[in-house]
Amino acid sequence: MKNFSEHKTLWQRNLWDRFMVALLTFSTIMVMLPLLIIIGYVVVNGISALNWDLFTQELGSPARAMQGKSTGLIHTMLGTAVVDLLAIIIAAPVGLGAGIMLSEYPDHKLNPILRVINDTLNGMPAILKGLLAFALIVKPMGTFSGLSGGFALAFVMIPIIARSTESALMSIPWSIREAGLAIGLPRWRVVLSTVMPAARTGLVTGFLIAFARAAGEAAPLMFTSFGNNYLPNHWTGMILGPVDTLPQRLYSLAISPYKEWHELGWAAGIVLLGFVVTLFIIARMLTREKNYD
Amino acid sequence: MLKNKKLAGAVVSEKTNIPNKKIEENGLPGIRMESRDLTVKYGTVTGVKNISLPICNEKVTALIGPSGCGKTTFLRSLNRMHDITRNATVSGEVLLDGRNIYHPKVNPVDIRRKVGIIFQKPTPFPTMSIFNNVVAGLKLVGIKNKKLLNEVCERALKQAALFDEVKDRLNSPGGSLSGGQQQRLSIARALAIEPEVILMDEPTSSLDPQSSSKIEDLIHELKKNYAIVIVTHNLQQAGRVSDNTGFFYLGELVEFGETEKIYTNPANKRTEEYLTGKFG
Ligand SMILES: Nc1ncnc2c1ncn2[C@@H]1O[C@H](COP(=O)(O)OP(=O)(O)OP(=O)(O)O)[C@@H](O)[C@H]1O
Ligand SMILES: [Mg+2]
Repeated sequence: MKNFSEHKTLWQRNLWDRFMVALLTFSTIMVMLPLLIIIGYVVVNGISALNWDLFTQELGSPARAMQGKSTGLIHTMLGTAVVDLLAIIIAAPVGLGAGIMLSEYPDHKLNPILRVINDTLNGMPAILKGLLAFALIVKPMGTFSGLSGGFALAFVMIPIIARSTESALMSIPWSIREAGLAIGLPRWRVVLSTVMPAARTGLVTGFLIAFARAAGEAAPLMFTSFGNNYLPNHWTGMILGPVDTLPQRLYSLAISPYKEWHELGWAAGIVLLGFVVTLFIIARMLTREKNYD
Repeated sequence: MLKNKKLAGAVVSEKTNIPNKKIEENGLPGIRMESRDLTVKYGTVTGVKNISLPICNEKVTALIGPSGCGKTTFLRSLNRMHDITRNATVSGEVLLDGRNIYHPKVNPVDIRRKVGIIFQKPTPFPTMSIFNNVVAGLKLVGIKNKKLLNEVCERALKQAALFDEVKDRLNSPGGSLSGGQQQRLSIARALAIEPEVILMDEPTSSLDPQSSSKIEDLIHELKKNYAIVIVTHNLQQAGRVSDNTGFFYLGELVEFGETEKIYTNPANKRTEEYLTGKFG
């Protein structure tokens, strides 16, 4: 009988095991490091500018900050909420539909075309998507607007949602679909009521990744939602007129020549970070919640 | 009845040659479904070829044969489950009440509500409760009547011999049941929509003897009103529950006839060898 210890002693195998665990721990740290550095850096620099005014005042002109008057980014936060919300409202049904098509109807003749379009859109630089929204919305409307910004970000979200929806649905065993069809359910009903609920964690995660990705985009917003130093007089102004958003404001604060605005820029970074992190926490809670109906 | 007898016992590897119209007009009351020259291919691999087999009302038809001989393939072709199998192609006809279910104008959804199937592996809907699993076929097409759904759920679970075990936890997820319970849940779910023909693919292979015999009782009960097709590797079971038996071998229907005759006096040598345990 062959004895394994002839080749490797127990002691040797233990050592090897420990080495592998150490290696994996090291890799984990290396993955987390950039995240920790970003969070640390933003927080350290921006914490001094975090105050009540930030969440209650609008920005106004640079003079306002330089004269030490109260200034903040409330209009930016509200604007971000409006533009991002518009984007997800536009992108969710389209991306979800495309993802369902890709995963559930592989035989459909539009399927390969859709896949090519989606991959192209996915690889297209975000700034070009801004340009697309500019041509489609800003030009005809004759003004920069939150709506056009929403479309620009929706173009960022759609291919990501489509892809993540496809892979979330594909991860559900084929037998579930057969079981649904077997009890006489039409195909769309099977997808809606048996496959999608089973895949909901993956679906929500995909939405969130798409949302977080788009929420951080500045480039496509430069010539769509454009930016605004003030709150509009009426809330509809956020949709129909130029509106501020966090990433684009962060950028313009950072490149401004004013020291006070640089600090405000870091604060904007903290808010953006907090926004994205909160979203992820909410998503985790949503997907963990038990719901069998 | 007479015509029935005639069919049973015949070796059905060639075409049956009964024109569509005749079945409708003359009624041939015994025959509920019938496959004609049915061939199923997976790409270039042949699953079954040239199967012609009648399925009679108020009778249990057993399909037996060694693993991989095409029993599941044939069964799935009887309610168009191959429609969504990638690269599966079906040729030939399957008649249900004299109409070809593969006719382009036929909606497969209607066929599947009439011809229910219970798969080899249990597949509860993972996110649904036991209750919702059972009534899924009703609830998801818009039936909301709570009283009706409760009744259907209880009846179906009782028929599937599962009611007593789950009656106190109808709201826990279907996936929380044991493998054998999940199989009975799948049976209950199929019965809930009251199909007219029931296809069962090794329904008792994951069940303990007691549940198995309950399912066999159920088959006896259901057969009074329905046509039943059962695939089984358990030859005793096939002998106990079935009226007609088809023996499949390498994708072909080698022999078909009354179970009694096939078991006591098979016409084909392969059938005899299989039944006596010489291969398979
Ligand atoms: N989806 C598929 N793709 C390709 N080939 C398949 C597929 N399903 C079945 N086959 C092949 O078709 C043949 C018949 O398979 P089938 O599942 O019908 O056998 P079976 O009689 O039900 O076997 P078992 O008793 O093991 O369940 C086998 O050779 C199998 O490999
Ligand atoms: Mg099988």
